[in-house]
Amino acid sequence: MLIVNGLYKTFNAGTVNQKEALKNLSLHIEKGDFVTVIGGNGAGKSTFLNCIAGVYPPDQGCIIIDGINVTKLPEHKRAAVMGRVFQDPMMGTASDMGIEENLALAYRRGQRRGLKWGITSRERELYKSLLKTLDLGLEDRLSTKVGLLSGGQRQALTLLMAVLKKPKLLLLDEHTAALDPRTAEKVLGLTDHLVKEYNLTTLMVTHNMRDAIKHGNRLIMMHDGRIILDIRGEEKRKLTVEALINRFGRASGEDFAFDRALLS
Amino acid sequence: MVHILSGAVSLGLLWAVMTIGVYITYRILNIADLTVEGSITMGASIAAITMINGINPYVSLFLAMLGGMAAGLATGLLITRFKIPPLLSGILTMIALYSINLRIMGTSNLSLLKKKDFSEMNTVYTPFETLGLDRNWAAIVVGLLVVAALIAILYWFFGTEIGCAIRATGNNPNMVRAQGINTDTTVILGLILSNGLVAISGGLIAQSQRFADIQMGTGSIVIGLASVIIGEVLFGKNGFLKRLISLALGAVTYRVIIALVLKMGMPANDLKLFTAITVAAALALPVFKEYLLTLKKSVRAGE
Repeated sequence: MLIVNGLYKTFNAGTVNQKEALKNLSLHIEKGDFVTVIGGNGAGKSTFLNCIAGVYPPDQGCIIIDGINVTKLPEHKRAAVMGRVFQDPMMGTASDMGIEENLALAYRRGQRRGLKWGITSRERELYKSLLKTLDLGLEDRLSTKVGLLSGGQRQALTLLMAVLKKPKLLLLDEHTAALDPRTAEKVLGLTDHLVKEYNLTTLMVTHNMRDAIKHGNRLIMMHDGRIILDIRGEEKRKLTVEALINRFGRASGEDFAFDRALLS
Repeated sequence: MVHILSGAVSLGLLWAVMTIGVYITYRILNIADLTVEGSITMGASIAAITMINGINPYVSLFLAMLGGMAAGLATGLLITRFKIPPLLSGILTMIALYSINLRIMGTSNLSLLKKKDFSEMNTVYTPFETLGLDRNWAAIVVGLLVVAALIAILYWFFGTEIGCAIRATGNNPNMVRAQGINTDTTVILGLILSNGLVAISGGLIAQSQRFADIQMGTGSIVIGLASVIIGEVLFGKNGFLKRLISLALGAVTYRVIIALVLKMGMPANDLKLFTAITVAAALALPVFKEYLLTLKKSVRAGE
């Protein structure tokens, strides 16, 4: 489904701030895989996801989604096959527009937009029934501006928008990091539910080791722009936090120092 | 006094068209677009020169609109393709338009009087003037018709798929790209639409005052912003249709205020200073409010 080959990305090349974010990164993901991506600050997780999404072009390497080489496609063209949720709850929605208007924007992802109405009444019914499944009471507030929703509600809505068109690839970039633990739990539960229901191929970046172990069927750990661990199948199911920390030490030759990860 | 007021209202309605254009960039796209200073003059120049060359006044307005749209396209390309900051892009087009407008007119001022006998050319206002309306009232009728039509068209347009995409672009371009929309296109479309309207406004103003002048755009962005803000403050921000109507009301209110302060004896030369201070004060309003609130809190805490 997703093939990433020899990806390199360097920021601020040739300056004192030079940062090699990705170094020869390769990854193959099968259709239906739910891959959690874990790593410390500056490991390159977000850069990796942003390269796949087309936010910036890689310096080298190629990205193939479902047999199509998208390496040179601009962000908005790749969006046709991708659903994305960001760390910042503000990032995924248009705050001055209504819930239904946001959903309608997402509902037309990958389609040509013309002079037809931006929302039809038939869609409204669909949105209502979908919002009902979130169990947040949003189905009665279709025209409420998204800016008035809480962070958790916004992330749940963004998640719904991301899966609305059954994307080939769902990219989640620490989408629960800005939420309080209880809300984060809820949004993660919703994530599991939606991924299963739509049978989505998913990449979920997280800094929380427990979440990375608990969710998905495959775990990769990034360090210093590379993938240093790739755990799947039975091994992934039996994984514990201690085992993961040990394996990190052996793989990277460094002490485990993900402050954020340990604390959470 | 009635004549002064009807003059202010008619001028306000013609500038309302321009105000709607400014609203599209300033509030919807979230760009302060200085192109309008040039495109309003461009609209006037094109309308004047084409009418002098015997073109029908309605067609001349259409040509003026095309000119303004081209100006918007130029700014849009500078912003999106060449990544020049929006403010600077607008300034560049504005400056370029100064020369272009001089070339269009061939001079700095064009009168819409016939060379032969100095009688007035036919304008879009003439049909209503022949009905017995005076100049101001004819302009009010035309202004009302144009503004009403524009509000209806824009209300429809911003409800369409493309219109929604443009609105979202000003709100959160990252999200818009993630939904598969090319934000370069939506920004350019918004600027084309906005400057097309501004140029129509320029054409209407030129036809109403019976001349076009190279200086007429100076400060127009501030007048547009003042009208947008007055409309918001007085008539609210709720509902898109209401907002569009509030723009027209804001533009008219601005003109009435100006007419009144002039009547009260303020020198006309101070007009732009007055307008600038008004806009600055209105824009600073949230800061004042914040300051007053914290002051209140600290006073209460001190008790």
